[in-house]
Amino acid sequence: MMQPISDFPLWAAIAVAVFLLLGAILTLIGTIGFLRLPSFYERLHAPTLGTSWGVGGTMVASMIFFTVGTERYVIHEILIGVFVTVTTPITFMLLARAALHRDRAEGDQQVPHKMDLGGTRDAD
Amino acid sequence: MSAIILLTAVSLAQLIFALAMVIASVRMLRGPRAQDRIIALDTLYINAMLLLVTFGIGTGRTAYFEAALVIGMLGFVATVAMAKFLMRGEVIE
Amino acid sequence: MLPFPILTFCLMIMWMLLNGFTLGHLILGSLVGFVAGWALASLRPEKPRLKKWYLLPKLAAIVIVDIVRSNFSVARLIVMGKKRPNSSGFILLPVQTENPFALAVLAVILTSTPGSAWLEYDSRNKTVLLHVLDFIDRDEWVAMIKNRYEVLLLEIFE
Repeated sequence: MMQPISDFPLWAAIAVAVFLLLGAILTLIGTIGFLRLPSFYERLHAPTLGTSWGVGGTMVASMIFFTVGTERYVIHEILIGVFVTVTTPITFMLLARAALHRDRAEGDQQVPHKMDLGGTRDAD
Repeated sequence: MSAIILLTAVSLAQLIFALAMVIASVRMLRGPRAQDRIIALDTLYINAMLLLVTFGIGTGRTAYFEAALVIGMLGFVATVAMAKFLMRGEVIE
Repeated sequence: MLPFPILTFCLMIMWMLLNGFTLGHLILGSLVGFVAGWALASLRPEKPRLKKWYLLPKLAAIVIVDIVRSNFSVARLIVMGKKRPNSSGFILLPVQTENPFALAVLAVILTSTPGSAWLEYDSRNKTVLLHVLDFIDRDEWVAMIKNRYEVLLLEIFE
């Protein structure tokens, strides 16, 4: 099964460490930006750091680790990557539309108005 | 040598993900509006998922991968339901 | 026989990734894929028509490079913090295509690239409301999206 981690070749250990730390640090920067940016629409951009490079880096690190450790190809982590890449835009788009809807309903001047006033609402 | 590198990297990454989760919870508690809290919850899900994958690397077990996949799916459905609720005031119509 | 070959194939691959690459799982996975394809066919969704599918890898490569680049530029913006001028803003982007699949792919690309977010599509005026973090020049953003993604998407889907 799994070989002990002291038997890992050095290049594999360094590659796993680099991808893991890069993903983790970019996720942390994204979350810090999420805390610090002033308005909601700016904050919307920050977590995508975690969902793009954060997920990607961690997946690649896990793939290298298990492929070297079990000496056969382990690539099922790519499923998480595909799943997150496909679902994140859906949640963010829905949330952005909900936020626009709420801001417009409250008459916020910062938010652009709908182009066709008095038109029918767009289909969902 | 490689054991030291791997153990250090995995522990550091776990610390960083935990810190990111704490920061996301701060934003979730602070708000100021419902949409901020929902995105904070979504970030929390993603970070928890990545933390589980890191646990998998640390212990060498593949079982953590399935747990991470389940967290990702449930998080997605939960966030979509809450966004829908914000827009319409009800989840199922 | 096979109403949705791409879906069936992807489900089979997913089944084998989760359970292991053996002959038994190949048969089971294909069975699951067939059933799912027929089940989806009974819903009669609109079928995507890929004209030039061989351009998809090129699009994927462009998107991956852009995601890496914008990751680092957004990370730099966040780390610089308050020293930068506040430069985010809304952009109204006119789009040519009305194909729902091309629009969906464009939405996924723009949202998963840090620094730009797709807010809402207006099907009557054929415009998209975007929010960008690093707002320098409106025309530059519009030209970049049109030249890099929309041209390719139009070729692939129409």
